[in-house]
Amino acid sequence: MNAALRLAAVLLSLSASLLASRAGFAQASVHPPDTIAARLQACAACHGDQGQGTDNDYFPRLAGKPAGYLFNQLLAFKQSRRRYPPMNYLLQYQSDGYLHAMAAYFTAERPPPSAPPIPTVSDAVLARGKLLVTKGDPATGVPPCANCHGPSFTGMEPAIPGLVGLHASYISAQLGAFRYGTRTAIEPDCMQVVAALLTEADVTAVATYLSSLPVPADPSPLPQGSLPMPLPCGSEPK
Amino acid sequence: MRHAISLRALVRFSGAVLMLFGGLVGSARADSTDAALVKEGEYLARAGDCVACHTSPGGPLFAGGLPMPTPFGTLYSTNITPDKETGIGNWTADNFYSLLHTGRMPDGGLIYPAMPFGSYTKVTRKDADAIFAYIRSVPAVHLPNRPNELRFPYNNRSLILGWRTLFFSEGEYQPDSSKSAEWNRGAYLVQGLGHCTMCHSPINALGGTSESRAFQGGLIPMQQWYAPSLTSDKEAGLGDWSIKDITDLLGAGVSARGAVYGPMAEVVYDSLQYLTPEDLQAMAVYLKSLGQGNPMDTSGAALPSAESSLLMALGKTVYDARCASCHGPSGAGMPPQYPPLAGNQSIQMESAVNPIRMVLNGGFPPATAGNPKPYGMPPFAQILSDDEIAAVVSYIRSSWGNHGAAVSADQANALRSAPLD
Repeated sequence: MNAALRLAAVLLSLSASLLASRAGFAQASVHPPDTIAARLQACAACHGDQGQGTDNDYFPRLAGKPAGYLFNQLLAFKQSRRRYPPMNYLLQYQSDGYLHAMAAYFTAERPPPSAPPIPTVSDAVLARGKLLVTKGDPATGVPPCANCHGPSFTGMEPAIPGLVGLHASYISAQLGAFRYGTRTAIEPDCMQVVAALLTEADVTAVATYLSSLPVPADPSPLPQGSLPMPLPCGSEPK
Repeated sequence: MRHAISLRALVRFSGAVLMLFGGLVGSARADSTDAALVKEGEYLARAGDCVACHTSPGGPLFAGGLPMPTPFGTLYSTNITPDKETGIGNWTADNFYSLLHTGRMPDGGLIYPAMPFGSYTKVTRKDADAIFAYIRSVPAVHLPNRPNELRFPYNNRSLILGWRTLFFSEGEYQPDSSKSAEWNRGAYLVQGLGHCTMCHSPINALGGTSESRAFQGGLIPMQQWYAPSLTSDKEAGLGDWSIKDITDLLGAGVSARGAVYGPMAEVVYDSLQYLTPEDLQAMAVYLKSLGQGNPMDTSGAALPSAESSLLMALGKTVYDARCASCHGPSGAGMPPQYPPLAGNQSIQMESAVNPIRMVLNGGFPPATAGNPKPYGMPPFAQILSDDEIAAVVSYIRSSWGNHGAAVSADQANALRSAPLD
């Protein structure tokens, strides 16, 4: 083979590989990223792309909540045991394996914390809320939220949710739903017991106080078994 | 067809073995024959999607109790587990075949056509026996059936007689000898166990579908999704689809041409994803042959041009801001993950129900073995106004060579209250 032929061959193979890589690039560019975040764009519209929540009162923050809790909720929505039609609709035909992957994604996200809203209730209501949340009410048997959800309210593995970064309307709607049985958890359903002990005024106080707390720098939940829980919960195996 | 033949061969073979060895060996062989029959029955029960109605979400398999709202009142699916008191534990294979084939209970009573016996009548005795063997093998669950809540006069079961006269013709599937074995297998599955006509045909005021209009598409009562025509290529007719795109859509829930959402996602999730590649191929061959090859009409939207250009300008603004990042500036999408919108039949159909609902509610295609972690479309009901939804849907329906008509804000608004489950 003479030099000219050899050069031609090199040029040919070069241009062929260039073409191939271009074709490869074009191929890759018409597919969305193979990431869980890209798959969960449907969630981002309401919960934020990192699960940080949005301005809407009823779309809760998901980031950092324990994976077991998030999975339990996803499954309950899928099976319509927790009723919210837009969520029931989205999850109806998803596998448990995918629900676990969704939960794992949001539990690991650490979006920058946003400033809590300025409470619109009186100081007396806030003080009552703080008392209930941190000390409970021995007179009615309401246990302090902190006994299960942790002293900084970031929850506990595997299935007790953090309560920070949520809007007051969302918290009070959930307490109401537990009370009236439209939101249920695995038996024994401890939140149903607690919510039934609260008055309407208590619910407002607890919800506004919790919503006024900033998300701590480390919002990770406590390890499983960190707290001696005051009552049995089906979602949180001992 | 291959599937059915191999089972038949297996049964025949086992029979021969039984005759040869008899006695002790026979009982062991009978067990393995039973196991094969149960397995075949499980497969066929998947093809018939029994689970979709006879199992409540999260409830025990086949114990029924699922509420099924109809325009005539609410029906509850029944317990078909082998429980003797509340299920079908006392039934014989004859009883079961008779129910599928004639729509009559063992005591002769008539069942409501929510049970698709108009389709199941086409199922062969052999397949019915296999399904029965499978259903007998699942755990018995003691759960009494819930009484139906039908309004007068629909609560009078003798009305079913009239309905049957109009809409029911009894008889097993008769193969068409001018067609291939594959086509016939596909037709048997689509017309029989698949009971596709239950949704993909126009349903009249009496809740009936007429055979002459089978597969012509229709709005699914109560659910408010439009089940497109499978015969018109203007809708979901598959005449110009490749066989691979059809089998991808049916088996995995996504394809290069589009993805399934809403009630069809349920069908793929509970039923079609479990079918063999051979059976999916057979269904695809049959479904493709139903397509009539009508070219898309080019009549376009009939709006006054000033109004139309305002609508299109708003539609393009919304599209570019909300949709283009996934579906591309010219609607090419990124198939199969993000469906193409340009040239997508389901977007241009006369009924705009499905595209409006997709924008309002978003959705995930079903999770399947072929697509275990689907890419989801966000809902926009909470972000976009009725005017914006009407504009963006009108824009998508009439851009990039699409020829759908414009939709109004009223149409978008009406579907905000459509049921989501």
